Amino acid sequence: MINSSIRDQFPILNQKINGHPLVYLDSAATSQKPRQVIEAVKAYYEWDNSNVHRGVHTLGSRATDAYEGAREKVAKFINARSVKEIIFTRGTTTALNIVASSYGPAAVGEGDEIVITQMEHHSNFIPWQQLAKRTGATLKFIPLQQDGTVTLEDAEATITDKTKIVAIAYVSNVMGVTNPVKELAAIAHRNGAVIVVDGAQSTPHMKVDVRDLDCDFYAFSGHKMLAPTGIGALYGKKALLEAMEPVEFGGEMIDDVGLFESTWKELPWKFEGGTPIIAGAVGLGAAIDFLQEVGLDNIHRHEMQLAAYAEQKLSEISDLSIYGPRNRQVGVVTFNLGDVHPHDVATVLDAEGIAVRAGHHCCQPLMRWLQVSSTARASFYLYNTEEDVDALVKGLIKAKEYFSYELG
Amino acid sequence: MNLDDLYRRVIMDHYKNPRNRGSFEDDALKIELNNPTCGDRITLQLKVEDGIVKDARYSGEGCSISMSSASMMTEAVKGQSLERALELADSFSSLMKGEDADFGDYEDIEALSGVNKFPARIKCATLAWNALRKGIETEEEHQQH
Repeated sequence: MINSSIRDQFPILNQKINGHPLVYLDSAATSQKPRQVIEAVKAYYEWDNSNVHRGVHTLGSRATDAYEGAREKVAKFINARSVKEIIFTRGTTTALNIVASSYGPAAVGEGDEIVITQMEHHSNFIPWQQLAKRTGATLKFIPLQQDGTVTLEDAEATITDKTKIVAIAYVSNVMGVTNPVKELAAIAHRNGAVIVVDGAQSTPHMKVDVRDLDCDFYAFSGHKMLAPTGIGALYGKKALLEAMEPVEFGGEMIDDVGLFESTWKELPWKFEGGTPIIAGAVGLGAAIDFLQEVGLDNIHRHEMQLAAYAEQKLSEISDLSIYGPRNRQVGVVTFNLGDVHPHDVATVLDAEGIAVRAGHHCCQPLMRWLQVSSTARASFYLYNTEEDVDALVKGLIKAKEYFSYELG
Repeated sequence: MNLDDLYRRVIMDHYKNPRNRGSFEDDALKIELNNPTCGDRITLQLKVEDGIVKDARYSGEGCSISMSSASMMTEAVKGQSLERALELADSFSSLMKGEDADFGDYEDIEALSGVNKFPARIKCATLAWNALRKGIETEEEHQQH
């Protein structure tokens, strides 16, 4: 396990909520930020702030170096071939929408197929649903097993030579499922389709190698991996990105602008219209440094141990149902406590200083599949401890007692 | 933070023994409303005759606060004029802001005053009342045509 002294690096964790020490179990929604990241953003604004790619002055060069340096870190972090394949975006949602709105209409036509699953987050669901509607393509779903996983047999049966795009999460934000992305990429490619991977829940928690996965597009958010909000990235294979039209037009992304025609800058800048998210990129670079110092393998192992501990402790609470597969590979545990509504569970936990998510987790189609209106979710990160899990269990027992008394 | 401020006995009673839960078979005015941030849903039906809410029913999914609030709301507006129903909705808004609010004879609703101390839960409590407002608007549009 990662030494709990790492918590000292996260100033926000050192506070009391409603009279109790904060137990933050909502990192799948957004992670907390270490001092190193906060300081990097602060230092950027205090010393280097300037616009990029234009100023001849010293600050302009420093800001450009900081911004492009962060891009190099991202490229290495996910093992892209080149920095040209890394486009900074506002987050996963924007990244996926770039693919759906630029690559989508050029690749998909009437009678074609787009293949997704019912476990997708709305941000990897609605863009494809709307693309299918606009183009007359058919939206197909790889069916889910009882435990919320997909099988390669079903994927083989769903993905056909009419399929142009397969879009799937590497890790589900609700079920704690890790999808066999590498194998799915092979199936997609055999059928002449590209695969788009939603990496929002995988990138912060495990080693990701886009070349090994052989995915065509890969999207992730900084704020779930210790970086500030408002920064994320889209990875795309160079040949695909080069053939794509920009989505946003404006400053920074042009080569030459005439009265009636314009040409675009080379990759990656043609997709980065307007002043980019410079401080956010600097923060993301610092977050990557932090994660690599701790080690992604250590983080993954730590979270799996916590998840296993949580599964075991939670299953000792009668009436508590856990969704998703046993022996999960990620630190996300979604559950319901008998008849008590997840909002009520979350409010009782909050009174104990424990932060969990309650609701549909931006996964309404998955909630329908689970036949629930909402669930509670605890998610872990490198700063969580077994004591946090113990606090959660204690809080849940309290919630149960409270409501069995009130409802009794 | 005292949970008992939020989960008052009368609230839990409405949650456990909902009043007016169900639906009308006929073509009574029907309003469906979601709370997209949390997945709560309500379907409210109102029977309005001569500007009076003769009867009200609701169905839906949600937490103790949203469902008990719906139960109380339907109790409160039954037999009231649309004008009075709207006044009650305004009173409920005041209650959620922590201001004094008058619900006439129907005092159960005041039990929801504690929700004000739990900002994240205000949207739960107001769902049914927003459905009521939408219903009144729809009914008034009908009258004008």
